[in-house]
Amino acid sequence: MTEERVGVYVCHCGHNIAGTVDVEAVAQWAQTLPYVAVARDYRFMCSSLGQELIEKDIKELGLTRVVVAACSPHMHEPTFRGVSARAGLNPYLMEMANIREHASWVHRDDMAAATDKAKALVAGAVRRALELKPLEPFKAAIKETTLVVGGGIAGITAALEIANAGYPVVMVEREPSIGGHMAQLDKTFPTLDCSACILTPKMFDVGTHPNITLLTYSEVEQVDGYVGNFTVRVRKKARKINTDVCTGCGDCWSRCPAKVVDEVFEAGLGYRTAVYRPFPQAVPKYPVIDVESCIYFQKGTCRACEKFCPTGAISFDQEDEVIVLSVGNIVLATGYKTFDPRQIPQYGYGRLANVFTSMEFERMVNAAGPTGGKVVLRDGVTTPKSVGIIHCVGSRDHRFNRYCSATCCMAALKFSHLVKERTNAEVYQFYIDMRASFKDYEEFYVRILDEGAHMVRGRVAEVTDAARQPGEEGKLIIQVEDTLIGRQRRIPVDMVILMVGMEPQEDAVEISHLFGIGCSTAGFFTERHPKLDPVATMTDGIFICGACQGPKDIPESVGQGAATAARVLSLIGQKEVEIEPIRAQIDESRCSGCRVCNTMCPYSAIDYIEELGVSRVNPALCKGCGTCVAACPSQVITGQHFTYEAIMAQIEGLLYDVRSGNGHKTVAEPQPVEVA
Amino acid sequence: MPEGPNGRTFYQRVVQATPGGKSLAQCLQCGSCGGSCPSGPDMDHSPRQLFAMIMAGMEDEVLSSNTPWHCVSCYYCTVRCPQQIPITDLMYTLKQMAIARGKYRESGHVDFSNSFIGMVERFGRSFELGLATRYHLTHNPLKMVSKGTLGLQMMVKGRLSPLPESIRNMPQLTAILTEAKRIAAQQEV
Amino acid sequence: MTAPNGQYAYYPGCSLKASASAYERSAMAVLERLELRFVEIDDWNCCGATEYFSLNRLPAYSLVARNLALAAAQPTHELVAPCSACYLNLRKTDDHMRQEPKLKEQVNRALAAGGLHYEPGTLRVRHLLDVIIDDVGYEAIAAKVTRPLAGLRVAPYYGCLVVRPFESDDPEYPTHMDRLLEVLGATVVDFPMKAHCCGGHMTQISEDTAFELIRRILHNAAAYQADVIVTVCPMCQLNLDAYQGNVNRRFGTAFNLPVLYFTQMMGLAFGLQPEALGIGSELVPAQAALNKIGQVPAETPRHTPKRRDKDALPMPSRQRR
Ligand SMILES: Cc1cc2nc3c(=O)[nH]c(=O)nc-3n(C[C@H](O)[C@H](O)[C@H](O)COP(=O)(O)OP(=O)(O)OC[C@H]3O[C@@H](n4cnc5c(N)ncnc54)[C@H](O)[C@@H]3O)c2cc1C
Ligand code: SF4
Ligand code: SF4
Repeated sequence: MTEERVGVYVCHCGHNIAGTVDVEAVAQWAQTLPYVAVARDYRFMCSSLGQELIEKDIKELGLTRVVVAACSPHMHEPTFRGVSARAGLNPYLMEMANIREHASWVHRDDMAAATDKAKALVAGAVRRALELKPLEPFKAAIKETTLVVGGGIAGITAALEIANAGYPVVMVEREPSIGGHMAQLDKTFPTLDCSACILTPKMFDVGTHPNITLLTYSEVEQVDGYVGNFTVRVRKKARKINTDVCTGCGDCWSRCPAKVVDEVFEAGLGYRTAVYRPFPQAVPKYPVIDVESCIYFQKGTCRACEKFCPTGAISFDQEDEVIVLSVGNIVLATGYKTFDPRQIPQYGYGRLANVFTSMEFERMVNAAGPTGGKVVLRDGVTTPKSVGIIHCVGSRDHRFNRYCSATCCMAALKFSHLVKERTNAEVYQFYIDMRASFKDYEEFYVRILDEGAHMVRGRVAEVTDAARQPGEEGKLIIQVEDTLIGRQRRIPVDMVILMVGMEPQEDAVEISHLFGIGCSTAGFFTERHPKLDPVATMTDGIFICGACQGPKDIPESVGQGAATAARVLSLIGQKEVEIEPIRAQIDESRCSGCRVCNTMCPYSAIDYIEELGVSRVNPALCKGCGTCVAACPSQVITGQHFTYEAIMAQIEGLLYDVRSGNGHKTVAEPQPVEVA
Repeated sequence: MPEGPNGRTFYQRVVQATPGGKSLAQCLQCGSCGGSCPSGPDMDHSPRQLFAMIMAGMEDEVLSSNTPWHCVSCYYCTVRCPQQIPITDLMYTLKQMAIARGKYRESGHVDFSNSFIGMVERFGRSFELGLATRYHLTHNPLKMVSKGTLGLQMMVKGRLSPLPESIRNMPQLTAILTEAKRIAAQQEV
Repeated sequence: MTAPNGQYAYYPGCSLKASASAYERSAMAVLERLELRFVEIDDWNCCGATEYFSLNRLPAYSLVARNLALAAAQPTHELVAPCSACYLNLRKTDDHMRQEPKLKEQVNRALAAGGLHYEPGTLRVRHLLDVIIDDVGYEAIAAKVTRPLAGLRVAPYYGCLVVRPFESDDPEYPTHMDRLLEVLGATVVDFPMKAHCCGGHMTQISEDTAFELIRRILHNAAAYQADVIVTVCPMCQLNLDAYQGNVNRRFGTAFNLPVLYFTQMMGLAFGLQPEALGIGSELVPAQAALNKIGQVPAETPRHTPKRRDKDALPMPSRQRR
C-alpha cells in the first residue's frame, strides 16, 4: 500500500461535545496514531468554514483517508462524504466517529471518561478508515409513478399536488371511500367552515383526475425495492359490485334488510346496511357488500340487492384481486384512530347512555348524520339542557398516551359553539391546560368564552349516575376539583362528551415494518429529522404526512401533504438516484451452494443459480444488512464497506489503551476471534 | 428555599421518604386527586395544592394542614393520577413528618393511631374493646354513650371480645420494633 | 395457578378472630368444600392496619415483615389474607422492600433483632377473593352450587384495597365478584359505588366524614334495589353494618340493608346452614332478605334512561375494542 495519510477532524459542536469532551486532547491523541498526517479540532466542522478546512487539507496535504469525529452519521455523513468528493477523494474513504451521541451526551457528568471514550472511538475510526475501499454508488432511474397510501386530507393533498404537476399517482385506500376523518366532521375550527364543503371538491378531483388511479377498499401487502424502484403488491378486496356497470343509484342499499351499527363512518352513532356506501359524497360512488353482515353470505338466502339492481351490478362471486405496482416514491398518509374511552371506566362510556365520544358528537351535529344535525340524548329525542365536555381523555396520561393530542382543545371549543347554536344548553368545559397555539386559535378561544361557556380547570375525576344529593337524580354527575378555586365540585349535566385522544392506527407498527420505516413505541411514524426533515423517513423514497406522524389538525396535515409532494417532485426531477453501494457480495468460486443465505435474507435478494450451483446477490434488492455475511458457513460473503478486516481493525482501535499513555497497545491483547 | 438539617429541601425529604416519590416532580396540577378524594370537601387543601406548597417549600403550612389526616387511604387518587404519583403514600409520609415536628392540629387522628399501636405493641394484636375505651375515654368521653350501646350490641352478637388476646412470642416482636425504632430515630424524615 | 402443593399460608388478621369471626367461619366452611388447604401462620401479629404507617414507617414495615418472615417458613409461596387492609399491608411491604434496597436492608436489620429474615419476592401475597376466583375458577365453583341464590338481588361491594393500588381487577369498576355471585345464582345489580370508600377508620375519628361515606354507599345500593350488600373485608362489613343505625338516625334515612361476606353467600349456595356460616351475627339482620331466595327474581332495574327505541341511537357496547 502506498503511504496512507489520514486527516482527523474533531468537532466541538459548540458546547454539545466540547462541554463534556476535551476535544483538544482528543485531537492531540489522534495526532499520535499511525498514519495520521494531521489532526485538528474546530468549533463547527459542518459549517462552511469547517468543510473548507477539510477540503483544503485533502488537497494540500494529500490526505488519502478522512476521519470526522462529530455527531451521528445519520446527521452529517452525507455532508462529509460531499466534502471528500469535492476535494477529489472517494467519499467512501471518509469515516465518522460519533463522539456526541456515543460520548458527550451519555457521559455528561464525567469529562474524563467521556474524553477517554472519544479517544477510543477516534482510534477505532482511524483503524477502520485505513481498511476502507473506494466504492462507486449505483445509479438508477426513478420511476415517475408515486404511490400514496391513505386517502385522508393529507394523502389527498399529496396526490393532487403530484398529479397536477403532471406525474402519475396511485392512491390506495383501505375503506370503500376516500375522505378519512375529515369527511366525518361537521364544522372545522377555528373558522367553523363546513368540512364537507371544503373537502368534497378535493375528493372529486382525486376521483376524476387523469393522472390518479384510485384503488379503494384495498391494502398494500408487500413492498420490495428501493428509492426510485419499488415493487408493491396491493390486494383489492372484492366489493362484490361490478363497478363497470354500477351507477351508484342506491336501489340496492335502500332494499337491503340487513342493518348493522356503522362503527367506522358513523362512529357507532348510526346504522348502515350490508350493501352500503359510507356517505352520499363518497368517492368512488360505488357501494360495497360487507360480507360479515350480509344475510346471503351468512345464511345463504336473500339476494334482495341483486333482484332490485337495475344494471345487474351485484356480483356475489367477485374475488379479491392482486395488483402489482411499480413506483418510484411512496407517501404514507394513514392517519390516526381515536382512543377507546372504555379504558377509563370512571367516565362511564358504554355504561351510561348519555356519555358520547367526540367522534359520535361530530356525527350528531353533522346535518348528514344519524340525527340530521339535532343535538339529542341517546333516546334520540330529548334535547339536553346542560352538556359537559371533558378534555384530555386518554391523553397526557402515563397509563395511556403520554402525549398531548393537540387537536382536542380546539375541537372542544368548537363543540361548545355548536351545542349553544343548536340547543342553547349550558356548556361546561373541563380542561387541564387550554392549548390554543397557532394562527387565530386564541381568538377562537376568546370568542367561545364570550359565548358563555363555563370553563372549569380540572381533570374530571369521574362521571357517575350515583346521585348523592338533591338535584342529582337522573343526571350525569361530573365530579371534579375546580383547581382554580381549590374545591371539589359535582356538576349535574344531561350529556357528557369525551374528547378522546388521537392514537396511531391499530396496525401502525406492522405498516412501519411493511414499508421498512421507523415508528415510536406508540406507533407514530418517525421522521428523518424532527426539525429539518419532518416528512422524510430513514428509508429513501418513503415519505410521511398527516396524523400518522403524530397528532395534528387539518391545516398542518395539509401542509405536510404538500411538503411530501414537493419532496417527491424534487426526486422525480432528478431523473436518477444514487444508491449506496454497500451490498453483500458472494465469492462464487468458493460458494458451496448450500443455500443457507437464500432463506436468511430478509429482502429475498439472494437467488440460487441452478446451472452454476452457487448463490448470487441481486444488488438491486440487497440492503446491505449483513445477515447473510454472518450466516454463510463457508465465510465467502463479504459485506462491502463492512469487511471483516475493517470491523476487526475498528475493534482493535477501540481497545487501544487511552489512559495509561501506553503507546497504542490494546488494553488487553485481543484474542483471535472466530468469525463463523 | 428553607433547608432541613441535612441540607435537603423539604421537597427532597418528602420525595426520599416515599417509595416512588420521585414522580412528584411531574405533577400537572390537574386535580384528578382532589376531584377523586372522598373526603376532599373536608380537607384544608386538595392533595394537588399540598404538592404545589411542598415545591414552594411551605413546610409549616403543609405539615399543619389537616389534609393528610382526612385521607381515608382509598387509593383512588393514586390509581387516577395521570402522572402515577404515589399520592396516598405521600399522605403517610406527611403524617409522619407532622408528628415528628409536632405540627398536626387535630389530635384525634394521632391519638387514635397511638392508642391502636399501643395495643399492638403490648399484645401483638389489636383489641377493639380496649381500643375504643381507651381512645374515647381520653378523647371523647361523651361519645362513649353511643359507642357503648354499639359495643354492647356487638358483644351480644359475639363480635367483641371482652379480653385481649396476646401473641406468644412478645419478646421477639418487641425486639424487632425496638430495633426498627432505633434505626428510624437515626434518620431524619 | 393453584399453589404448587395445594397449600396456602393463611394470615387471618385480628378482625377475623373478633368482630369478623363470621367471615372466618364461613371462609373455612367454604374452603373445605373447595378442598383448599389453608395453614394459619404460627403466632402471627397485627398488621398495624392503616395506623402504624402514619406514625413511623420503619416499625410499621417491620411489624408486617415479621408476618412475612413467619409465613415464608411454611412450605408454600402463597400467602392469603381475607381482610383487605391486611392484604394491602402485606403486599405493600413485600413490594416496597423489593423496590427499595435500603428499606429491605433496614427492615431485615430490625427483623434480625428477633432472629428473623425476609427476602422480598419470596411470597405471593393474595386476597382470599382472588384466590377463590383465580385458583378454583367459576366453573368448579358452579359445580358445587346446590341451592342457587335465585331471586336475591345483591350489590357487590369491593371497597378499596382489594382492587387498589394493586390491581387484581379493574380498579374502577371491578367485576370478578359480580361474576362469582352470578355463578351462585344471585341477581347482581349494577352498583356504581362498588369500589368507593366505606370510611375506613374514620368511624372512630370523624363521624362527619365516615357517616357520609357510608350513607352514599347505602343510598346507592338502595337506589338499585339491592336486598343484600356483599363484602370482602371486615372493615367494610363493620362500617356498613354496625353504623347503619347511626347513619339512619343522623340523616333521617331508613336503610335496612344487611351486609354479608361473599363467603357467606358461597356457603348458602353450597347448601350449608346459615348458622354454620355465622349468619345472625350481623347487626342488620339478613334473614328476611335471605328468605327471598328461591322466589321469582325481580326485574333488573335499568341503569340507562328509558329510551323510545324507534328513535334511539345505538348504545355502545361495554366491551373494549
Ligand atoms: C373529534 C375530532 C374533531 C376534529 N376537528 C377538527 C377540526 O375542526 N379542525 C381541524 O383542523 N382538525 C380537526 N380534527 C383533526 C383532523 O381529524 C385530522 O387533523 C385530520 O383528519 C388528519 O388527516 P389525515 O389524512 O392525516 O388522517 P385521516 O383523516 O385519519 O385519514 C387517513 C386515511 O388513511 C386510510 N388508511 C389508514 N390505514 C391505511 C392502510 N394501511 N392502507 C390504506 N389506507 C389506510 C384511512 O382509512 C383514512 O382514510 C379533529 C379530530 C377529532 C378527533
Ligand atoms: S344480499 Fe346481502 S347486501 Fe344484498 S340485500 Fe341481502 S343482506 Fe343486503
Ligand atoms: S392527580 Fe397527580 S398530576 Fe394531577 S394534580 Fe394530583 S398529583 Fe398532580
